[in-house]
Amino acid sequence: MVKKMYTEKVMDHFSNPRNVGEIPDADGEGTVGNPTCGDLMTIYIKVKDNVIEDIKFKTFGCGAAIATSSMVTEMAMGKTIEEALKITRDDVADALEGLPPVKMHCSNLAADALEAAIEDYKKKQKEK
Amino acid sequence: MIYLDHSATSPVNPEVLKAMKPFFSQEFGNASTIYSLGRTARQAMEAARENVAVLIGASPQEIIFTSGGTESDNMAIKGIAYKWKAKGKHIITSAIEHPAVDETCRYMEKQGFEVTYLPVYEEGLVRVEDVKAAIREDTILISIMHANNEIGTIQPVAEIGEIAREKGIIFHTDAVQTVGKIPVDVEKLNIDLLSISAHKLYGPKGVGALYVKKGVFLEPLIHGGGHERALRPGTENIPGIVGLGKACEIAYKNLEKDQEYTTQLRNQLIEGVLGGLEESYLNGDPDKRLPNNAHFRFSGIEGESLVLHLDARGIAASTGSACSSKKLEPSHVLMALGLEKVEAHGSLRLSLGTENTPEDIEYTIKSIKEAVNTLRNLSPLWNQ
Repeated sequence: MVKKMYTEKVMDHFSNPRNVGEIPDADGEGTVGNPTCGDLMTIYIKVKDNVIEDIKFKTFGCGAAIATSSMVTEMAMGKTIEEALKITRDDVADALEGLPPVKMHCSNLAADALEAAIEDYKKKQKEK
Repeated sequence: MIYLDHSATSPVNPEVLKAMKPFFSQEFGNASTIYSLGRTARQAMEAARENVAVLIGASPQEIIFTSGGTESDNMAIKGIAYKWKAKGKHIITSAIEHPAVDETCRYMEKQGFEVTYLPVYEEGLVRVEDVKAAIREDTILISIMHANNEIGTIQPVAEIGEIAREKGIIFHTDAVQTVGKIPVDVEKLNIDLLSISAHKLYGPKGVGALYVKKGVFLEPLIHGGGHERALRPGTENIPGIVGLGKACEIAYKNLEKDQEYTTQLRNQLIEGVLGGLEESYLNGDPDKRLPNNAHFRFSGIEGESLVLHLDARGIAASTGSACSSKKLEPSHVLMALGLEKVEAHGSLRLSLGTENTPEDIEYTIKSIKEAVNTLRNLSPLWNQ
């Protein structure tokens, strides 16, 4: 039943998530969600010459939460900070060929986590 | 596929299907007619009624056929409330009822009735003293499920029924999860009304029954041609009723053996999972639970992801947590146990059946371990 509500693309990213893990010396780190709601994700980025040269994630959550996390890391990898900031929740959902309506709001947080990581990076740059 | 979701529904037993088949195109008569085709249908229906009655220790006259557990629950609660509203407006139920009872009670509140939702505690059981304390002058109905559909805990219905009888209050129990799985005797359990569903005991979907003790009167919810003692009019679903009867006959014959067998498998599963995975827990009382239910909770992961991983390994299981259902809130049952939301999200229900084997269970234990470890490796809430 659950399988049918997700596209093959979602199931692919859920079953074989890309870029899983942490970056201990990350240049930026962003966490969004709330475990009481069933979803929590952290994205870590490594930036060189304004380009995201490495990105990893850790996610607690449902199939959609894991798939969107994986997808957003794939989309942001190699992009400039400006390009990466343009990635929206809808872009992530579209890249996954759609999400069930009930998941669009609650579990589609990956773009927010990416944004939070970039904001963290910018803040740290200013502090340098 | 290894099917471990028998609390959701069960496969129709081939013998049941065989018994039903003639009643679609050959013996298709309307049971209200007097020619032989109709009489055959009626005889089959009455034989089924007898089989249902025998399984729960009732008389055939006390069995009303319905479309399933939800209708039976609605019929019992609304039927009693509307019939006895002049006597009182108070209903007692529990915080862990199936939505068929829970939502019906919430609807009755909108109709001017007052409902007490009794708590359960860590072990998932209603306490008899809470029932006693909740009874008022105007209490007309107590509805407490026999066994919970999520965590499998078996409620003290005999004791609750005894209190209800002393006080002259009608007692209904939703026994959808217990009939055919553990002995159910309406006399010993002091029950006035009891809901049954066929598809939970290897019968077809869309048919069930309500036991109505002789002398207990209900207001009918639908009106029509007077079938089922005018409590449930409408041309009878003869194939479904025959299927329910056959399922009950088989359940009665195999009850002890099946109970013993699934208990063994369940214990194997619980021991294997809890023994093989750190920070894994059993939800609900370990002993007062259905012989076929194991309900786990795993720290650091979310239930839907686990169900998806098990599905990929060919195992059909269920989660009581939010994301598997349309609702985003964790299950009201797990909340009633006093769990934190984040804990409730990491739950998994496995409900076994007689067709499962010890090899299935070994494979399931191995698969759960792999899936939980995979998800924990992804989880920011797991730092081991």
